Amino acid sequence: MSETTVAPKTPTLPEEWREPLIWLAILCTLIALFVPLAFLAGDDGVAKPLRTPAGLCVILIAGAVASVRFKGWFGDILLFLSAHVTAGILLFMLPAYTGAAGWGFWLLLAGSWLLAWQVVTRLSDRRLNGYKQTLLDLAIPILFGLWLLLLWEMIVVGAGVPYVLLPPPSQIGARIAESLPLLWADFQQTFLLGVLPGYIIGCGAGFIVAVLVDKVPFLQRGLLPVGNMASALPIIGVAPIMVMWFGFGPSSKIAVVVIMIFFPMLVNTVAGFAAAGNMEKDLMRTYAASYGQTLSKLRLPNAMPFIFNALKINSTLALIGAIVAEFFGSPTVGMGFRISTEFGRLNTDLVWATIAVAALAGSTFYGLIALVERRITFWHPSARG
Amino acid sequence: MTTDAMASPVSKSRKGLMSRALSGTVLPVIVVVLGIIAIWYVAAISMNSTFQRSLDARAEATPSTVEFVVSTLNQERPVLPSPHQVAENLWDTVFNKKITSKRSLVYHAGVTLAPTLLGFLMGTGLGILLATIIVHVLSMEKSLMPWIITSQTIPILAIAPMVILVLDAVGIRGLLPKALISMYLSFFPVTVGMVKGLRSPDKMHLDLLRTYNSSTWQTFWKLRWPSSLPYLFTSMKVAIAISLIGAIVGELPTGAVAGLGARLLSGSYYGQTVLIWSALLMAAFCAAMLVALVGLAENWMRRRMGEKAEAGS
Repeated sequence: MSETTVAPKTPTLPEEWREPLIWLAILCTLIALFVPLAFLAGDDGVAKPLRTPAGLCVILIAGAVASVRFKGWFGDILLFLSAHVTAGILLFMLPAYTGAAGWGFWLLLAGSWLLAWQVVTRLSDRRLNGYKQTLLDLAIPILFGLWLLLLWEMIVVGAGVPYVLLPPPSQIGARIAESLPLLWADFQQTFLLGVLPGYIIGCGAGFIVAVLVDKVPFLQRGLLPVGNMASALPIIGVAPIMVMWFGFGPSSKIAVVVIMIFFPMLVNTVAGFAAAGNMEKDLMRTYAASYGQTLSKLRLPNAMPFIFNALKINSTLALIGAIVAEFFGSPTVGMGFRISTEFGRLNTDLVWATIAVAALAGSTFYGLIALVERRITFWHPSARG
Repeated sequence: MTTDAMASPVSKSRKGLMSRALSGTVLPVIVVVLGIIAIWYVAAISMNSTFQRSLDARAEATPSTVEFVVSTLNQERPVLPSPHQVAENLWDTVFNKKITSKRSLVYHAGVTLAPTLLGFLMGTGLGILLATIIVHVLSMEKSLMPWIITSQTIPILAIAPMVILVLDAVGIRGLLPKALISMYLSFFPVTVGMVKGLRSPDKMHLDLLRTYNSSTWQTFWKLRWPSSLPYLFTSMKVAIAISLIGAIVGELPTGAVAGLGARLLSGSYYGQTVLIWSALLMAAFCAAMLVALVGLAENWMRRRMGEKAEAGS
């Protein structure tokens, strides 16, 4: 056997064909040329098909072909520009085609979306150094999010979905800008008066009980299973009871939040205290460290990843608890109140505006805690990446 | 910790019954539960006493302390019903009513459990699918993963009632809308857990499969999938619990027709506190059962895969 063994050749595609998204986009664009862009009512009231402008198709196809021709940043920029110029023009023309968009419109939208997706794919494969990679990692999800909004706008307006069912993002944005004082008052009532105090009290109580329980192993063994079960319970069901007990004001919301987040905090902190290894504990004992010293120097830092896990889970739970509690009774201000009453009055854009504020508040809250976590548990494997 | 270490050389049979009970989890759990019930009784007495005092004053009765305490625990519409009142109501509505009757709690639990399970299955399926895509497609991971995490910081549960009403307007009603809420809530833990799980195989094992020239598909079924199963079951336990919560909240806007959520709502409308608490306990029981079921499935799976079944937990 003098032959050298050759690895079995897997059939490889030629270079240009490895990016099927681009070719799919070109196919979409070519079909779009021959189908109407939209159906516009003429003077006689009869809907007339409108030809798809060839210029738009040319921009898309030129960008796609050029990006295959030029690799590297130049090709990516061309791809990016052609996808987004087309999408931008479509967005600009959109108001004229409300509820009248035809296949040409959808195909062009699909084409530019496919190209944008290809840009994301290419960007994901890039390796940069230092802060540039951080920026890129930030830009990719932002681009994805913007496209979600764009598709939402185009589909809702283009297909003529009734605004009562689902308003387009542009209308929600306008509504936010227009009713800022109202939204701010709701935010104050729900977040600053309900969520934050409840969060602090609930997490504090969970932590303190965990420290106390930690001294009594018997209680710890008993509380852990019970606490674990309680974390799985639909505790949100106590909301009507709390509203009955504490009235419509913020105190009932605080109570719901405290009850909801107490057990996750307790369970995680207890588990965190148990996370310190026996070796380290023995080491502290050989140093003749007191209980307090062991707690503050070894076990508390070790428990931090667990505690932050609970803090992060609780940030979302607290917001949910306060809003749902408002469904059962609240003064005439607050996010939960706004959502339920404005929906009853079919002001869906205001409902969505409130949801957007809630989402922003929730994400910011979560993000802040995650940032603090990074600073404090920088030594943990999960933070080092 | 230390008692375990010291007791280990001593054989089990020589340990007293008491010390074995102390080192296990059963007795501590019983003590904690009894403690909670005791606190509940004390709270019930103190919270109901104001109303009872005004009742007595109106009736111009001067009850002894014992009589007073007994009557606080047996009010018709107490601020906080006592445990035995709730237990009585639970017993009555679970066992003494026909399952098909609208007064049976079993019927309402069934109404809630159906969308819970459907949503859980859909959510788990979606979670596994998303995780598989994320693990295999880099651009998906980079663009989708941050949004999946953000999606959970949105208090979706808070808008669940609205989602239900919108779907109702479109003509989707019955089981599906509630199941969709459950799905939205339950896909997240599964996705996050499965991304971790599908990435959990050793680099060595992955390299080994590469030397075998195995396809992505083979690597998935023979290595990634089996090693992700423990992660799958852990996240499924979380997922099934929140999918129950989703179904309950999803029932709130249907105008208290049927289901545990509707029971909560009608109880709060009519001030029937006993009703609320028994619905809550029923929900707690359902949650515990569902999580236990997933745990059973996990143990079965572990045994089938040749692992020793985990004791407890």
